[in-house]
Amino acid sequence: MDTDNRDANRVLARKLTWAAVLMFGFGFALWPLYTVFCNITGINGKTGRVSEQEIQTMGLDPNRVVTVHFDGTVNSRLPWQFKPNQFSMEVHPGQLYEASYHARNRGQDVIVGNAVPSLAPSEAALYFNKTECFCFTAQKLEAGEEKDMPLRFIIDPSLPAEIHEVTLSYTFFKNDEQSQQAHQHQTAGQPGNG
Amino acid sequence: MSSVAHAEGHDHKPEGFLNRWLFTTNHKDIGTLYLVFSLTMFIIGGAMAMVIRAELFMPGMQLVDPAFFNQMTTMHALIMVFGAVMPAFVGLANWMIPMMIGAPDMALPRMNNWSFWILPFAFTMLLSTLFMDGGAPAAGWTLYPPLVLQGGNSFAFAIFAVHLLGISSIMGAINIIATILNLRAPGMNLLNMPLFVWTWLITAFLLIAVMPVLAGGVTMLLTDKFFGTSFFNAAGGGDPVMYQHIFWFFGHPEVYIMILPAFGVVSEILPTFSRKPLFGYTSMVYASASIAFLSFIVWSHHMFTVGMPLGGELFFMYATMVIAVPTGVKIFNWVATMWKGAMTFETPMLFAIGFVIMFTIGGFSGLMLAIAPADFQYHDTYFVVAHFHYVLVTGAVFAIMAGVYYWLPKWTGHMYDERLGKIHFWWSTIAVNVLFFPQHFLGLAGMPRRIPDYSLQFAEFNMISSIGGFAFGLAQIFFVYIVWKTVKGGQPAEARAWEGAKGLEWTVPSPAPHHTFETPPEIKPDMIAHPSNAH
Ligand code: HEM
Ligand SMILES: [Cu+2]
Repeated sequence: MDTDNRDANRVLARKLTWAAVLMFGFGFALWPLYTVFCNITGINGKTGRVSEQEIQTMGLDPNRVVTVHFDGTVNSRLPWQFKPNQFSMEVHPGQLYEASYHARNRGQDVIVGNAVPSLAPSEAALYFNKTECFCFTAQKLEAGEEKDMPLRFIIDPSLPAEIHEVTLSYTFFKNDEQSQQAHQHQTAGQPGNG
Repeated sequence: MSSVAHAEGHDHKPEGFLNRWLFTTNHKDIGTLYLVFSLTMFIIGGAMAMVIRAELFMPGMQLVDPAFFNQMTTMHALIMVFGAVMPAFVGLANWMIPMMIGAPDMALPRMNNWSFWILPFAFTMLLSTLFMDGGAPAAGWTLYPPLVLQGGNSFAFAIFAVHLLGISSIMGAINIIATILNLRAPGMNLLNMPLFVWTWLITAFLLIAVMPVLAGGVTMLLTDKFFGTSFFNAAGGGDPVMYQHIFWFFGHPEVYIMILPAFGVVSEILPTFSRKPLFGYTSMVYASASIAFLSFIVWSHHMFTVGMPLGGELFFMYATMVIAVPTGVKIFNWVATMWKGAMTFETPMLFAIGFVIMFTIGGFSGLMLAIAPADFQYHDTYFVVAHFHYVLVTGAVFAIMAGVYYWLPKWTGHMYDERLGKIHFWWSTIAVNVLFFPQHFLGLAGMPRRIPDYSLQFAEFNMISSIGGFAFGLAQIFFVYIVWKTVKGGQPAEARAWEGAKGLEWTVPSPAPHHTFETPPEIKPDMIAHPSNAH
């Protein structure tokens, strides 16, 4: 191999290595890219959040009725009972409604959980907004404690006309970090109660 | 940097076992190392397949516990994909590409040494997880979270192994590109290159584009498990389906990484034994390139059931079907190459024809899977297992075997035993169809994949499939014997071992001397297969 070749090889190898490094970065970039894409299109079923002011501008559509079904599950690692208090509601787009879920901690310990919403069909997710929801923050339940968890939602009147029914589903997951903190906090606060 | 120069003009090999093999920078020795390594992994991965088929021989749980069964399916796939098929093609590339383009060696010989020697370490690490607490990864070769994160801490070793494999493949790919672009002998223009060189050039670009993406994906798995990130953890705001998108962005091009070099091998062999030039050389090049391009926009056909919107289902369905067009071009070109040729049926030719027919069967089942509404029924059943084993075993593996029989005389200087080769071919072909064809029926009837037990109505087909499996396994032990016998001796091979063979590799003696084309050959039109394409 002459020196010409050797230099050319080295230059090319360097370029190709850079290409590989870039693609490694691209692998990570796919995460935010997919997330942005999903948020814009709503295809991951994630519902939106609006303020009380914003909903003033949505016009009410009293002639249209959309049925909202409610569904709730818990991840297997979370010893909670969790179910909707109403199985379905008939709603008018543009009007604010309140619904609630009921949760009970069947475990022996204080546990913190997070609820992740999902809406089907996913095309409707962009038009399903909440002003308030237990899924906005982590929820703490003492051992044996139970409580109702409210949410307030509004469907945007520009919801595509062919959609008459939507299903709102929540999955509750255990929040390991905060559960542990809550547990430590408790045992530290009540010495001798160990 | 003058150390390379001393060997100029001699045919001496480095002395001593370590010098010869561990420190080698010679493309032929490294090619041999890759091929031997791949064969070893093929046997190990094959043994795991035998465990799987033995457990599935009858309904009920007989031999292994379900956790171990799942480790077997996962490890079998990882080893066959990354340990057997990919290194075999890199081995063929190392041996043949420099000789095919008239280059003295690979462009970056030291890196070549590294890219091979990483592999044994990577696979030792991967295999050692079998003996660790919690066992080997057991969630399937696709490593889907959250399931894969629920195993033991040995997971970290599996991930590092995947990282190493990725690094090795990327280095191999860089080397191949540099060799092809920089070291062609004068007169060997891009459109004079043998098709095997072309398909490898394209494959190498695919490798550089997607192996790093896999590395990124599994790194996110690693941090999710050990460092509290939530890329794929729904509880923390992540999304497990996201992993599937990242994986298949790698995964679908990966299946073409495993098949494009196979296309190349078959495109070398069919013209030789048909004694006609390859039909449609340029269209073959363009077809390979378009397959590579399209492979980036079809990944979600592996995810039709995750709940995509209708538009997505339609897009990925049609995009997938479009791939059948360039693939069809290739298949028609191969058939046209054989058409009215003076064909003879030596073992490499048998494997190549077997490839064309059976790969096409796999392509058709792929098309059936590409129909989104139908895939809801077939997904995660044995139908998918049948599909990818037709394209990978009777496709990629058959092409590798065809290539080994074809070039073995060049490597060893001996002809293999033709009678034994033909027995191996027919034995393998019958066995592999007994093994995989019934799996189509199992899948259509609804038998799920990756399950150690099944309901009674699947019993007969599973037993037939297992019998085919054992027979196929045995045939490959026979293959090892044939290769061994050829290395040890046999009828001496001529430089042009096959009288219809074209290409520079047949102008050097058999066995090929340790160093070839130290000075670039003077290329005459009758030496190469595609002299007239350069303008
Ligand atoms: C005409 C060409 C092809 C088409 C249309 C096609 C289509 C598909 C589809 C739709 C699936 C997903 C099935 C499911 O999971 O429900 C699939 C799976 C698969 N295909 Fe293909 N395919 C083609 C060629 C190939 C080739 C050439 C290879 C490899 C050499 C290959 C390897 C695989 C593998 C390994 C899987 C299963 C991956 C897994 O889930 O573990 N396919 N194919
Ligand atoms: Cu695919």
